[in-house]
Amino acid sequence: MSFNIHKTIFSFMHKSIDQINERIRDGNARVVTAEEMPAIVRELGEEGALEEVDVVTTGTFGAMCSSGAFLNFGHSEPPIRMERIWLNDVEAYGGLAAVDTYIGATQQSDTLEEKYGGAHVLEDLVSGKSVELRATSRGTDCYPRRTITTELLLENLNQAIMCNPRNAYQRYNAATNTTDRLLHTYMGTLLPNTGNITYSGAGVLNPISNDPEFRLIGSGVPIFLCGAQGMVIGEGTQHSPGGGFGTLMVTGNLKDMSPEYLRAATMTGYGVTLYVGLGVPLPVLDLDVVRATAMRDEDISVDLIDYGVPSRNRPLVRSVTYAELRSGMVEINGEQVRTSSLSSFRRARRVAEELKSWIGRGGMQLALPTRPIDATKKVHQMHESKKGPRVMDIMDRQVVSVGESEEIRTAAQKLLKGETNHLPVIGSDGRLVGIVTTFDVSKAVANPGKACTVSDIMKKKVVTTTTDEAVDIAVRKLEQNNISALPVVDRERHVIGMLTAINLGKLFGGRWLK
Amino acid sequence: MKLLVNFSKGKNNAPIIAQVVKDTGILISVERAVIDSSEGEALIEVPDDQCKLIRTSMTRLGATVRLLEHGINLNASECVDCGACISICPREVFSFDADWKLAIAEDRCILCGKCVDACPHQALTLPL
Repeated sequence: MSFNIHKTIFSFMHKSIDQINERIRDGNARVVTAEEMPAIVRELGEEGALEEVDVVTTGTFGAMCSSGAFLNFGHSEPPIRMERIWLNDVEAYGGLAAVDTYIGATQQSDTLEEKYGGAHVLEDLVSGKSVELRATSRGTDCYPRRTITTELLLENLNQAIMCNPRNAYQRYNAATNTTDRLLHTYMGTLLPNTGNITYSGAGVLNPISNDPEFRLIGSGVPIFLCGAQGMVIGEGTQHSPGGGFGTLMVTGNLKDMSPEYLRAATMTGYGVTLYVGLGVPLPVLDLDVVRATAMRDEDISVDLIDYGVPSRNRPLVRSVTYAELRSGMVEINGEQVRTSSLSSFRRARRVAEELKSWIGRGGMQLALPTRPIDATKKVHQMHESKKGPRVMDIMDRQVVSVGESEEIRTAAQKLLKGETNHLPVIGSDGRLVGIVTTFDVSKAVANPGKACTVSDIMKKKVVTTTTDEAVDIAVRKLEQNNISALPVVDRERHVIGMLTAINLGKLFGGRWLK
Repeated sequence: MKLLVNFSKGKNNAPIIAQVVKDTGILISVERAVIDSSEGEALIEVPDDQCKLIRTSMTRLGATVRLLEHGINLNASECVDCGACISICPREVFSFDADWKLAIAEDRCILCGKCVDACPHQALTLPL
């Protein structure tokens, strides 16, 4: 394939999809990966690159939780209308009538919990392993059977259609943890005290980042999905390209997939997820496509977020580019912090290379979207008509406290009189300085030593809550610290209430749990 | 070379590692140790050519000594080269090679096991 032939055929500033498909059919198309494109544009210039390159392939391989597959088992004799369905003890959706189901990747096994889930069922099927189907039904005149248990291979299914509601995120925020506690998150293991950074995404190879205006990616566009030829259905759930977070809903035939590009995984302490290999070929129609695909890791910024804050609005630590993240080190407040990728760049590259070879040997034709994807919309948060319970709703407003310079004996009397096991300790300025429990007081009495005032025996590190904190967050604080009470403080650390295990009982009494 | 030393206290609470350093004059670096009131386990690094001497000296003092030939075990068919382990390891055992394939410097590993839980693909296991 010589450069001159290109020049004579494409001596204008636009190529049609038909011209590109013709070149693919003839085996003459010049296909490159999105990783190779920036250097080509640098060398040939934008117009030169437009003449030279026909297709740019993209690829990504990472955790895509929102994935799953529709399965059809065929009818049994006597027939059954499955209402509850399990595959290797992983529950699948039973609301699709008779013998259809949808198995979701993150659903966990009833018996093995986070060690095995829907993603593992999919990987086992694709790897040729047999999977046990178990289903129950109430039985009807037309479907009399009530239970079924059978071993199935992928080839025994009529259809096995992967359909992933939210894949191929355009980019993803990086994560760190400023608390003093090790965190297990969907962003992997986060070491305490900003000990590491995790991130996900293929950067330069990411499909949507190479077409952020959605000129080429839309409904009906052929893609690489886990080793099979799949298709874009349309925008994915939570699609938010206006903020740089576009997603795709995609489909493909599970029977054509390869375990090389479809892998079950478990994020310890978080749960099961599916690693999906996905690539989109982009036809180089005009200079806008050339410019978009010339994008580099340096050009994609994401927010580095503190996952130590268990809220939707997690604080921003700083902005980072994929180039920085992939260098292995990112500077935070003057310190070099090591990074870990959760997605595999090596496998993303393999996706783009495999797609390149499919197209290069004429094995895949390209298409433009039959319906476009909105490139501007933004996701909005959940509309909550009822607020969940807050600490102020259930806390004890009668606070029995003790001064730090009072005698231990006084603390003991207060504990008895107040019928409580926890006494917040107040300093001379009226602010919280510590906490003593019946255990601390008993210990001081049993082993009389030098201790005589409350400040000698109190715990100075007090875990606290605030009136507007969600009860679920306060409960996690109790569990994680293995304690049974939290002083409720205001901004000046005045104690305005106490939250104890007894208060939590109110939740079960009525108005919050229905 | 790395040696895993197990000892139980009781025999006069003799300081085994200190005693061996004193007797042999060989410097031992302790890379990881768990010691409680009744027993202890220490992972030590010693010069290759003096490994035998240290082993026999420690065994004589009542310790059980095992040569650690292998670091963390990687199941290559499960590993997808994501790199989740890289920033977790306190000894920088893991890195990417030029092709973004996961590389392991096994000799640096002190078998602390921190990477085992951090691997999304359960590809890392402790030998034994």
